[in-house]
Amino acid sequence: MTAELPRRRGAHARGPSSLRLIWVYPDLLSTYGDRGNLLVLQRRARLRGLEAEAVLVNADQPVPRQGDIYLLGGGEDLPQILAAERLRKDGGLFAAAESGAVIFAVCAGYQLIGTEFGGEEGQPVPGLEILDIRSGRGERRGVGEILGEVTPELQLPRLTGFENHQGVTTRGPDVAPLARVLTGVGNGDGTEGAWAGRVLGTYLHGPVLVRNPALADLLLTWAAGRLAPLTDREEHWTRLLRDQRLAAVNPG
Amino acid sequence: MGKLPMRARLATTLGGAAGTMSRLAGRGDGSVIGGVIGLRLEPDLLALLAAGRRIVLVTGTNGKTTTTRLITAALGVLGQDVASNAFGANMEAGLAAALGKAPDAPLAVLEVDERYLPAVIRATSPRVVTLLNLSRDQMDRAAEIWLVARRWREALAAAPDCWVVANADDPLIAWAASAAAHVIWVAAGQRWQEDSWCCAECGSHLLRDELGWRCGECAFRRPATRWVLDGERVIDSAGRVSELSLSLPGRANRSNAVIALAVAEVFGVETAQALPRLRDVVSVAGRYTRLARRGRQVRLLLAKNPAGWLEAFDVLEPDTPVLLAVNAQGPDGKDTSWLWDVDYRVLRGRRVLVSGERRLDLAVRLEADLVAFDLVDGVDEAVDQVSGTSLDVIANYTAFQQIRVALGRAE
Repeated sequence: MTAELPRRRGAHARGPSSLRLIWVYPDLLSTYGDRGNLLVLQRRARLRGLEAEAVLVNADQPVPRQGDIYLLGGGEDLPQILAAERLRKDGGLFAAAESGAVIFAVCAGYQLIGTEFGGEEGQPVPGLEILDIRSGRGERRGVGEILGEVTPELQLPRLTGFENHQGVTTRGPDVAPLARVLTGVGNGDGTEGAWAGRVLGTYLHGPVLVRNPALADLLLTWAAGRLAPLTDREEHWTRLLRDQRLAAVNPG
Repeated sequence: MGKLPMRARLATTLGGAAGTMSRLAGRGDGSVIGGVIGLRLEPDLLALLAAGRRIVLVTGTNGKTTTTRLITAALGVLGQDVASNAFGANMEAGLAAALGKAPDAPLAVLEVDERYLPAVIRATSPRVVTLLNLSRDQMDRAAEIWLVARRWREALAAAPDCWVVANADDPLIAWAASAAAHVIWVAAGQRWQEDSWCCAECGSHLLRDELGWRCGECAFRRPATRWVLDGERVIDSAGRVSELSLSLPGRANRSNAVIALAVAEVFGVETAQALPRLRDVVSVAGRYTRLARRGRQVRLLLAKNPAGWLEAFDVLEPDTPVLLAVNAQGPDGKDTSWLWDVDYRVLRGRRVLVSGERRLDLAVRLEADLVAFDLVDGVDEAVDQVSGTSLDVIANYTAFQQIRVALGRAE
């Protein structure tokens, strides 16, 4: 279904061989390995002959509106609240999402692109309203390896990652889960993550795009169209790692 | 020990006996079990054992064990017994055991886990609290560091008689320490900045230049310092300059040493007296040790988190092959995502070997940074594969312990 979405003007303007990856607030939202998601997108784009320029936007800078893929990472409660306040005021990320950019958000970033999330004392904090989800604080922390069966429409192999959060997330009617949880906590209702259009969020670290290269390719496809497969040699270490992590979790 | 109430005396005696039994049974070094038993018998044991002593607490993400050792060495100048948990048993039970083992020591230098600092401040009424640095570390089990800093602020604000020796170059440390009544600020440097790009007061991006850091939007800025680490030298509170000339390698240890000198001065120990003692420290709990193996010199460096790896890269000998070993057991943190926070590009051109239970995570990470590497099964295979006379090893916690055990075995 996603292949039918029209390409964005911004991406067209630079031609199909160039992608702009915008890392939003790496100074506030980059807790654990979030740089890995950016590095993997860059690597997999470049191996297809696509130039992938990374733009790091700090908390005191305006968020550019002409990016192709926006990445938001994890963060603690206090930085998450500060980031949400700043991003709401700035408006750039919301505008980019409105015009069809790819938004990929992890953990604290996932929560804050929603309508509401829980603050450091559990109080509700307004989010960016880019994705129709609501998050609050759960009873216990979900920490550990997680395994999921990805929502069939996305046509991806199993999802593997590491979760470390106390969030509980519910979806509005037009938002689908990213996966059904086989092992782990995820959103707290047996699902993990959420997506709608070209906006996708997940609780997973790992980093998640390192462990799930097909998900990285999906984001690149949303931004740049069909991609050639990589060679066995280019996928060698990634496949070994992925096989090891899948084998390490027993969904029984 | 005569001053201790009966219950505490019994708790210490039984705890000490358990520690001895544990050592005899070959289960660890016995530094924790005694404290666990003692605390179960007398929950206020730590406070009772601390009463009447002059106590230094040392905490931070990296450098706790080394700095504790350096401060203990410096205070040796006073000629009095110093109690210390020298092997890194840094939660309540380890502290109680260390004090219980040295009942007559008037001084104590105690390494404290970051999360336990507020409780330990309340229990021990320390003379000095030493704050080194704060950065991401094993986040699947450790508390979040902004939250840790906030809890420190609250605990220090409630301890008006305590002196704080703090690294002014770490913004999160500065934020925590600035709540204390008395602070001795040390310009101890900060290489790892990935956890302190933002103002803890308002969230704006911090500006950095040669004068330090300051917030671009509010008044939060680096405090003026009394002690300075200047390359290989220390500038003390009187402005005197001395060469450090430590035996321990690396910038991080020079930073730890300057902080140790500032703590020593609170106790009347001058830099000129303390420095020779610091130089005598050559290895700390197995770290920085050089061991001969199959005709080669193997040097062990422990690094448990991204900031630690960054500092360890700084210590590598030029052109020397390096073995990187990573596990993800409980004490290591089970999430290996942090490997992606380290910049490995400085290793390009060097011979790099990779081992440990999570070596595939490291392989994918090195591939992304275009660093060539070979997988090996352990330290002996690495020793056999390299040319030249030496091998540096950087390992995280349980990988480090496994390598020490392997090197302890007969060849």
